[in-house]
Amino acid sequence: MYRELICIGCPMGCPLTVTVEEGKVTAVSGNICRKGKEYAEAECLNPTRTLTTTVKIKNAMYPLLSVRTSKPIPKDQIEACLQYLCGITVEAPVTIGQVIVEDVLQTGADIIATKSMARQR
Amino acid sequence: MYDVVVIGGGVIGCSIARELSRYALRVCVVEKEADVGCGTSKANSAIIHAGYDAAPGSLKAKLNVEGNPLFTELCQDLAVPFKRTGSIVVALDEKEVADLEALYERGRKNRVPGLRLLDQTALRALEPHISDQAVAALYAETAGIICPFTLTIALAENAYANGVEFFFNAEVKKVYALRPGAPRFLVKTDHLCLETRYIVNAAGVHADNISRLAGGDSFYLTPRRGEYCLLDKDQGSLARTVIFQVPTKMGKGVLVAPTIEGNLLIGPNAHNIEDKEDTGTTAAGLAEIIAGAKRALPSFDAQKTITSFAGLRAVPPQRDFLIYADSKVKGLIHAAGIESPGLTAAPAVAKLVREILAADGLKCKPKRNFNPQRPPVIRFSDLSFEEQSKLVRRDPSYGRIICRCETVTEGEIIAAIRRPLGARDLDGVKRRTRAGMGRCQGGFCSPRVMEILARELKLPLTQVTKQGGSSYLLAGPTKAPEETGKKGATNNGSL
Amino acid sequence: MEAYDLVVIGAGPAGLAAAVAAYEAGVKKILLIERDREPGGILEQCIHNGFGLFYFGEDLTGPEYAARFIQRVQERGIAIKLNTMVLEVTPDKWIIAVNKADGLLKIKAKAVVLAMGCRERTRGAIFIPGTRPAGVITAGTAQRFVNMEGYLPGKEVVILGSGDIGLIMARRLTLEGAKVKMVLELLPYSSGLTRNIVQCLQDFGIPLLFNHTVVAIHGRQRITGVTIAEVDPATKKPKPGTERLVSCDTLLLSVGLIPENELSRQAGIALDPVTKGPVVDDGMATSVEGIFAGGNVVHVHDLVDNVTREGEIAGRSAARYILNPKPAPSLKINTKAGAGVTYVVPQLIHPQQMAEELVLSFRVNQVFKDQKLVVALATGQGHKILGTKKRMIMVPGEMQEFKVKKEDLWAALGQEDSSSPLELTVSVPEEGEDHDV
Repeated sequence: MYRELICIGCPMGCPLTVTVEEGKVTAVSGNICRKGKEYAEAECLNPTRTLTTTVKIKNAMYPLLSVRTSKPIPKDQIEACLQYLCGITVEAPVTIGQVIVEDVLQTGADIIATKSMARQR
Repeated sequence: MYDVVVIGGGVIGCSIARELSRYALRVCVVEKEADVGCGTSKANSAIIHAGYDAAPGSLKAKLNVEGNPLFTELCQDLAVPFKRTGSIVVALDEKEVADLEALYERGRKNRVPGLRLLDQTALRALEPHISDQAVAALYAETAGIICPFTLTIALAENAYANGVEFFFNAEVKKVYALRPGAPRFLVKTDHLCLETRYIVNAAGVHADNISRLAGGDSFYLTPRRGEYCLLDKDQGSLARTVIFQVPTKMGKGVLVAPTIEGNLLIGPNAHNIEDKEDTGTTAAGLAEIIAGAKRALPSFDAQKTITSFAGLRAVPPQRDFLIYADSKVKGLIHAAGIESPGLTAAPAVAKLVREILAADGLKCKPKRNFNPQRPPVIRFSDLSFEEQSKLVRRDPSYGRIICRCETVTEGEIIAAIRRPLGARDLDGVKRRTRAGMGRCQGGFCSPRVMEILARELKLPLTQVTKQGGSSYLLAGPTKAPEETGKKGATNNGSL
Repeated sequence: MEAYDLVVIGAGPAGLAAAVAAYEAGVKKILLIERDREPGGILEQCIHNGFGLFYFGEDLTGPEYAARFIQRVQERGIAIKLNTMVLEVTPDKWIIAVNKADGLLKIKAKAVVLAMGCRERTRGAIFIPGTRPAGVITAGTAQRFVNMEGYLPGKEVVILGSGDIGLIMARRLTLEGAKVKMVLELLPYSSGLTRNIVQCLQDFGIPLLFNHTVVAIHGRQRITGVTIAEVDPATKKPKPGTERLVSCDTLLLSVGLIPENELSRQAGIALDPVTKGPVVDDGMATSVEGIFAGGNVVHVHDLVDNVTREGEIAGRSAARYILNPKPAPSLKINTKAGAGVTYVVPQLIHPQQMAEELVLSFRVNQVFKDQKLVVALATGQGHKILGTKKRMIMVPGEMQEFKVKKEDLWAALGQEDSSSPLELTVSVPEEGEDHDV
């Protein structure tokens, strides 16, 4: 199986052709450096993304608290994760780095606050 | 039961309403938009003309020359900034000098005071940035600049303070002329049915439709679109006076003018269109006005445009104002076809309409308690350091700057909302306070202004609009409740 | 009246870094003035990651990056006035500001760092014709609504401009349930990072149309659609016959940023017509003695890491000036954008006071692949090459850097008579062009 990708390693944006056979990347072409091969392998075998979004917060300066996954999660879990987070409401105060959801949807990643928000009034 | 229903809340309708508010009459204004001055009155050249332009003997010439001097007192009474900058018409070659002389002559016939022909030296002394091609100019000292929506809003506020009622979002759908004997008319909108003895038709480009609805005289007003560019204040000092070019058969041509707020305004072009709501600009049109303006003032930087817009002029068939009592329907008075110089003529139009009404049998008994003055509007940026200090101490909301570009405070925005006929939407605040009118065009301040509007009007933020109607600014909250509902109950308490 | 050694205007990344750097350099009486209700500037709404890769060697979100500097400011007890708007800065370093609690403030400073950041270009600035309905919104304003205030500006979105903010917002809006129909780019390439094109557009199947623009906006009250068209890459003018109507309830504009320099202009500071920011020297000093500037107020950056670095330089220079106020030395070198280069910052170098190493920041004016970059010094005696470097790729959307060592510069200067004009040019000469004049 072939897959066409654009390398995200640098602004060159090399068009990569990746050959995947039996769950393994057997060939990468189109790249001009090592980054292309590494990216192609990761993207074809186990594409992951860091999810950054918000959850609702009560009694804070703003109604939203910015959060992220503590590490990249499988790309196909992003949507489920977002849906899940729609139902989360936290209450101020919150400290940056605080775990909001542990092991979100069994991805192995926590949802952590990326901002401290004090309690208002 | 009204004595007079004025249809249209533009500068003409509001001038008439304010004029009628001097008398013991029951008057209302019905306006289809959410605010006054939303049609031609908000998108024009913002100029008080001297009056040499209109054909001698025309109503335009008469009302222009009568209207111009009225602005001194009117603007004082209404606390509206107005500046007699003077205007010039420049001749861009020797051949055009003859045209200047003809204009001068026309001005003399129209009894325009303060006209002078300037040679190149005098012209360059007056306008240092004028084109090298400019050889001479006709100078008119009585011309000036004004903010047309400030004027319209001020007229409306003063009329309101003197008892005139205003109905917004009220498009006239039907007019029933009743049989002889009062009341003569029923004016119907979606939500209102107003009985009245007289109708003043000041419906701008739609005045022909209103006449038709009322069964009155048949005339057709051609919407003629004019496009403008408003440039950054750092370009404003390039012109000291209103700079016209010699009119051609295509019209008065593109002008360049400082605005009362210190921006530079260029435009308009003139294109007849079909759709009476089509105030869209076009790429070709904007290019046309920039090129046109460059002929007289080559050095402005078009890249410094902060916004462009278009307005429609209601061009009447004979090219003169249609201000008269309808020949078929008694009690219907037209103030129609008010194209340029309509803004200048507005106070004189109002007086004429009042005279026509009186001649038609409306008893105009002066009110003793008429107050011609509008309380002044506080403009934080115009105050001295000491005045600003005092103001903020008295009311800390003047210490919070909302619009950075124009230095507009929260206090001013609250005042604009709480004033009589106060702002109800973002554009209403913008026209009253200039918040959002600067170079960032509301990028930073519109969320803050929306918050203040929501708080003052007790609306959810999602119901705050740009300009009334369906001009909502936000589609809804993120994390929509329905989505939340799916899982909400079970995952609370994850902390 | 209040008096401070240093007043920093703006508590975004540049201002925070400047305040901390000045403190570390020995100036303790510092005031940060911020117009928003919290420090951090635009980073607070940039909740995505990708910040700090260079400065911290970590992949942080905007608020996380800001928090590190906010903490440093707080640990040092540096004063900060929030919700405070500076109305005027005078050339003799009086600052007029206002807030609700203190009222009008008149503050005297020994030195000032300008760190006001930038603002977004708007529809008017790029002449998009059509009507003026609600629903035309800049990307940054939309970002604030979505990420901080909790509102979605629209549900069916067309984005004009493929810079990073536009791309990031395409993803954010999609994640929040809006349909992003397409991203249009006037140029034949994107000024955004490839990573963002892949992860913000391709991940969600959002088409990116190069050589396309919006030629008209439709709708009277709320936008109902836009007419888009293909443009001729050479002239950037729409190609007749390629217009098509795309319905939408929102047009998001991501069409560039402009340094905010109203205060600078009032203070009589010389501005660069290309960067639209103050003309600065290697120490980020502006043309007005004792007033320094750093970050997006000087020129628009792609990476916050560089904003921080510039803020630090401005802060350190301001501290040096406060501790030993004297005008800049007279020997100066002007930098110049040569062939293929749009601008160079700093615009001035004072070799006698420069740091051991100076970073020249510049942008190229087109995509260059495998081209050589040349930095040359023109003196009374001719040109001397300070350095050349072959780069695999240079794109306008990515700021380029070239490091100049003080010793190399002095070596090139030689026994130069300081009266002759000195010029340091950065250029990307065409293939085969002889740059050794």
